[in-house]
Amino acid sequence: MSPPEPRLKLLHISKRYPSVVANDDVSLSVMPGEIHAILGENGAGKSTLMKIIYGAVKADSGEMLWDGRQVTIANPAQARKLGIGMVFQHFSLFETLSVVENIALVLDEPFDLAGLAIRVKEVSERYGLPLDPHRRVHSLSVGERQRVEIVRCLLQDPKLLILDEPTSVLTPQAVQKLFETLRRLASEGVSILYISHKLHEIKSLCDSATIMRGGKVTGDAIPRDETPATLARMMIGRELPVCEAPPYHGPVHPVLQVERLSLASDDPFGTSLHNVSLTVNAGEIVGIAGISGNGQAELLAALSGETTVDREAVWLAGEAIGHLDAGRRRDRGLVFVPEERLGRGAVPALPLDRNALLTGHRQGMKRWGLVAFAKAQAFAEQCIARFDVRCSGPGAAARSLSGGNLQKFIVGREIMLAPKLMIVAQPTWGVDVGASAFLRQTLLDLSRTGVAILVISEELEELFEISDRIAVLAAGRLSAPQPREQADAESVGLQMAGLFNEGNAAETGHAPA
Amino acid sequence: MLDYLPLILAGTLAAATPLIFAGLGELVAERSGVINLGVEGMMLIGAIAGFAAAAETGHGVAIGLPAGALAGAAAAAVFGFFALSLAANQAACGLALTIFGIGLSAFIGQHYVSYSLPGLQPIAIPLLSDIPLLGPALFKQDWVVYLSLVAFALVAWTLAKTRLGLLLKAVGEAPDAAHAIGYPVIAIRYGAVIFGGAMAGIAGAYLSTVYTPLWVQNMSAGRGWIAVALVVFATWKPTRLMLGAYLFGFVTILQFHAQGLGIEVPVQLLAALPYLATIVVLVLISRDRKLLQLNLPASLGKPFLP
Repeated sequence: MSPPEPRLKLLHISKRYPSVVANDDVSLSVMPGEIHAILGENGAGKSTLMKIIYGAVKADSGEMLWDGRQVTIANPAQARKLGIGMVFQHFSLFETLSVVENIALVLDEPFDLAGLAIRVKEVSERYGLPLDPHRRVHSLSVGERQRVEIVRCLLQDPKLLILDEPTSVLTPQAVQKLFETLRRLASEGVSILYISHKLHEIKSLCDSATIMRGGKVTGDAIPRDETPATLARMMIGRELPVCEAPPYHGPVHPVLQVERLSLASDDPFGTSLHNVSLTVNAGEIVGIAGISGNGQAELLAALSGETTVDREAVWLAGEAIGHLDAGRRRDRGLVFVPEERLGRGAVPALPLDRNALLTGHRQGMKRWGLVAFAKAQAFAEQCIARFDVRCSGPGAAARSLSGGNLQKFIVGREIMLAPKLMIVAQPTWGVDVGASAFLRQTLLDLSRTGVAILVISEELEELFEISDRIAVLAAGRLSAPQPREQADAESVGLQMAGLFNEGNAAETGHAPA
Repeated sequence: MLDYLPLILAGTLAAATPLIFAGLGELVAERSGVINLGVEGMMLIGAIAGFAAAAETGHGVAIGLPAGALAGAAAAAVFGFFALSLAANQAACGLALTIFGIGLSAFIGQHYVSYSLPGLQPIAIPLLSDIPLLGPALFKQDWVVYLSLVAFALVAWTLAKTRLGLLLKAVGEAPDAAHAIGYPVIAIRYGAVIFGGAMAGIAGAYLSTVYTPLWVQNMSAGRGWIAVALVVFATWKPTRLMLGAYLFGFVTILQFHAQGLGIEVPVQLLAALPYLATIVVLVLISRDRKLLQLNLPASLGKPFLP
């Protein structure tokens, strides 16, 4: 008997874009029933490679073998016919359609919603991914949406399932459930390509791994035999940087106080806030964990002043500021780093010195109401030097910077305004490992100078690294913050699933006993 | 007043018919994420094409409506080339199409200014048309009016019950996602836009060959704009669109009769009444912002670049 053919074999795949080489001579193979990790940082070329396999992007050169036969996949429909299913990082779901309608759209079969709904229920229950086929997608939690994507793939009897960063939006418990499902699929002979940059997940789940950096394969490994440190070396080319949290010795007094803040969202897809109370003291970082869409956007708007609320609901250093707009709050020493860097944190087409003006004009960049451009430029230059922003200078357009460097510039700009309170949303979203460590250390150092910092993030590990206290925002309600030493991923994960209030156990699919 | 009712109702159905065709077409286009402000222009192009075809061949409406549909579809295809293939601004392209349609129809129409066409005889539906009062009003109409009801049923059924309808919604909702799962977004949008053009063309041809079977410059008189407004205020739902169209038709006929009765109100004001009443009522029923947002095709007006 001959050795089994790999399900999928890639040989020397290359893909060039005008400015970057996304994939350079990439080869890998996946056996039937194998869970194979593609490990790499943001921008390492993982997603491009998967899109090539799925037929959404065409490779410049290279070959693809499917069950030993050479194939060219021209489009996703053809990939699906071969038995390739893909769960996207940014979901490809239609919000206003129901679950079963979303699934019907990708199936090549006679249109029968009623019959399909029954099958959706069957398959979702068989694999422990409970779903109501008739709910509209916009009313689902992010974890449930991912189930829709997975069930959608499963209904096509895939031989190869590609998952692109599937756990970035899941609670730790939901991740465990997903892993069970994936192991079960693998035991039934489905090959799985698992894309991630989370080392411990890959170690616990995957049979083998291909590690990519800068579009090239830098190594193959059996994750079980490696340590996170050795994997990290292959992934980023050096040791994983660690942050240090020195103790704080300054005076402790409340800087931000939120008192019974309730806010009805006027977006039909939004979440209303219920009775949110919170205190952030000088010299500490408070982290708010939770999955986006649980009121994060609404809370941030209410705190930054983009939405004004009751005067007495938000206090800054003893002053009621709930009724003030964003500009007036900034005048009083509140700074805000939004999640969207391009378009909200910075104007993409404007150079950095003009972007510095957006919030920095309070630092004497005007004279007689006119802009003092020389001062803005000096400010931008100083920010670039102090926060290690890699760019061509203060004249570089914001959109020309990488995510990490632009984030360093925006955070730096706000720090230079000498704030009393800094509010940061997803500080390291889409930022590479090196810049992430730098940003986290910067926030830690800033807090130790007596600034109060509130961080809202989906990355639990990040919050555990930098926060002094951690609270969870779920379904518009905020849990009481716990000191980091007393919090653990397990309990925070349960709170993220909404278990600290009655009912609403949708995320894990289990009601509390 | 009761004597007038059958007359008014009968007129309502006919007056609403062009709005139904044009509105349903625009509704389909907007469901796919394309807002075509050229409805007024496409109606006029359809009107003159239908009128010219009917007048030159002597076959009347039977040739006029298809000719109008073809001309409207061709105009929509030109719009599609700019707005879809070249991803130009949809609002600007639509406005340009309207201005172009007004000019083109006036230019071709010069030759037909003194012409008139025979129009259509109503067809009485046996039994139903014998119902007292309402029977002759609702079931003694020309066949294009019945066709508009068939068109409504087809569009409503397609949108609600078929894969094609789902696909249209999906493309209008999230073209990137539709592209990612392998659907030809641009081709689907072309189809929807051209369907919208054909329907606007039929609406125009109905005006010029049946409703007032003679050529008058700019004879659509803003009905294309009302159709665009109807679609939005109907929150992209065919049933509500029908209600809006009939309301417009009803007030149109009502004010005609009011003029005939010699009510002491300036004629211009009365003539503006249907437009005003339709908009006011639609604004009132679509005040619910959540309803609007839930049904709004999320990508409406945004060009798609694969």
